[in-house]
Amino acid sequence: MTKNRSWIPYLLILPSVAFLALLFIVPLLQTIWLAFSDNGVPSPANAQRMMADINFARSIKNTFLLTIAVVPVQLAIALVMGTMVAKVGRGRETILWVWTIPLGISDLAAGLVWLSILQNSGYFNSLLLGLGILERQASWLSYQTPVALFFAIAVAEIWRGTAIVMVIIVAGLNQVPREFKEAAEIFGAGPWTRFWRITLPLIRPALQSALILRTVLAFEVFAVVYALGGRNFPVLVGEAYNWQNQNQNYGVAAAYAVLIMIISLAATLIYLKAIKVDPERLP
Amino acid sequence: MSAQTKSKASPAGFISSRRWLLWSGIAALCAWVLVPIYLVALGALGGRQGVYQWPKTGLPTGVSLDPFILFLRTEGVLQSFLNSLGAAGITVALSILLGAPAGYALARYNFHGKDSYRLLVLLTRAFPLAILALPLTVSFIKLGLYDTIIGVGLIHTVLALPFAALVTQGIFMGVPRELEEAAWVFGCTRAQAFFKIVAPLALPGIVATAVFAFVISWNEVFAASVLTVRNRTLTAYLLTVLSESPMHYRFAGGLMLILPSVVFIFAVRRYLFAIWGISSK
Repeated sequence: MTKNRSWIPYLLILPSVAFLALLFIVPLLQTIWLAFSDNGVPSPANAQRMMADINFARSIKNTFLLTIAVVPVQLAIALVMGTMVAKVGRGRETILWVWTIPLGISDLAAGLVWLSILQNSGYFNSLLLGLGILERQASWLSYQTPVALFFAIAVAEIWRGTAIVMVIIVAGLNQVPREFKEAAEIFGAGPWTRFWRITLPLIRPALQSALILRTVLAFEVFAVVYALGGRNFPVLVGEAYNWQNQNQNYGVAAAYAVLIMIISLAATLIYLKAIKVDPERLP
Repeated sequence: MSAQTKSKASPAGFISSRRWLLWSGIAALCAWVLVPIYLVALGALGGRQGVYQWPKTGLPTGVSLDPFILFLRTEGVLQSFLNSLGAAGITVALSILLGAPAGYALARYNFHGKDSYRLLVLLTRAFPLAILALPLTVSFIKLGLYDTIIGVGLIHTVLALPFAALVTQGIFMGVPRELEEAAWVFGCTRAQAFFKIVAPLALPGIVATAVFAFVISWNEVFAASVLTVRNRTLTAYLLTVLSESPMHYRFAGGLMLILPSVVFIFAVRRYLFAIWGISSK
């Protein structure tokens, strides 16, 4: 490609590099320093205080359980959506648009949407009453019903977050050459074999991107939890928010932030290792 | 719901059971997305009586715009709406101004450090970026950016910029290089060729990127809540008043959060599908 005037590309990327250095790299280092220092001296005090907090273990457990419950379901729904829409001719764009609607919906709004369904006099209880399953209003979102609250949050997260996985998966499926499937069909491979042996391996890069993005986002779950359960269901980001805003303790909040970063990074590395992808095909 | 799927799936009457299964599955998944939005709209427009009505029917009874307008008139709502627009505007402008040139460089040039740059951009995706708002409060207080819309716009740009760089790279790669070279041959300078040939062709994709940057900022909760006290965005405002506001206000807030971004995404859906590579081939 163009070799002369090689300063041009540097000029073009310089503004974004400077911006990311100032507002991504620097605050990242500051967070780490804030978490592991006390009055300007390196110290494990914040981390110790975080671990001694009564909500610490619960928030870790809740965040992980949610991630484990939500991400595989989202991937499965997205794969179903992708395979279905591939068989549709006319109306494809409309269906895709309906399925991408949740992309525009924030986690806070998603929490409020499901609050309208799951609150005591909401539509879910009305439905159960109509079916004769319930006799009076049941409460699903209180601290006395942790299991129901967990499922409510998981459903809201699945509802909201599947769209982005679907977009990445459909884009990946579009790049699978039709000839591969046809060849497999000729050699007698059934739909399941074709799916497991042909499609899945070929959409690896898409699977990897989708899993990394969704898992990192799942560790960040916060507003949907807050909208549905208030503080009844502690999660890691919610604890960081509380330590910062209610307790005005930036150090412990930063310790939570670092913990979330470490978990996210570890998950990313695991995915990069587990799903090997030809580096040329990375996004 | 089953009646609806049936009517949708059998227009001709002799469609095979496979076909029927496919379309009922598609209809069910569409309903899964749409019905909850319809229900929160009922909640937002049903007002106080609507919330406590029991049992509910799912039909629009007693619905009017008044409860929603009453919500808009609540102290702080309109201001926070404008703040959200302002922060999103800054995010859109900055992420396109900084991201598009980088995308162009990635698409058209080979240079030393290209891989490191792409690594930097990918790295941002592996971090929960909103959390960077925590240390930034300290710096922003010093700089006078704390509790300002500019401050919120800056942190939202960190979220949107990597996305903008990667997506515009794809857009510029879609503009044939030959067109640009032809313009050079006919005596255009590099800059002229860019603005006369490349920019108009890339514009729809860039608009779609801008809309997505808008939605990222419009929907972000954590950073906005941490960085503001009085000048809250709509999400941050709703989060802080959540526990003390009545149910129908919460639903009205939810609907107000949903509407603008859904309308925006609808407006540019074709270009969004094109840049993601999911449009029909």
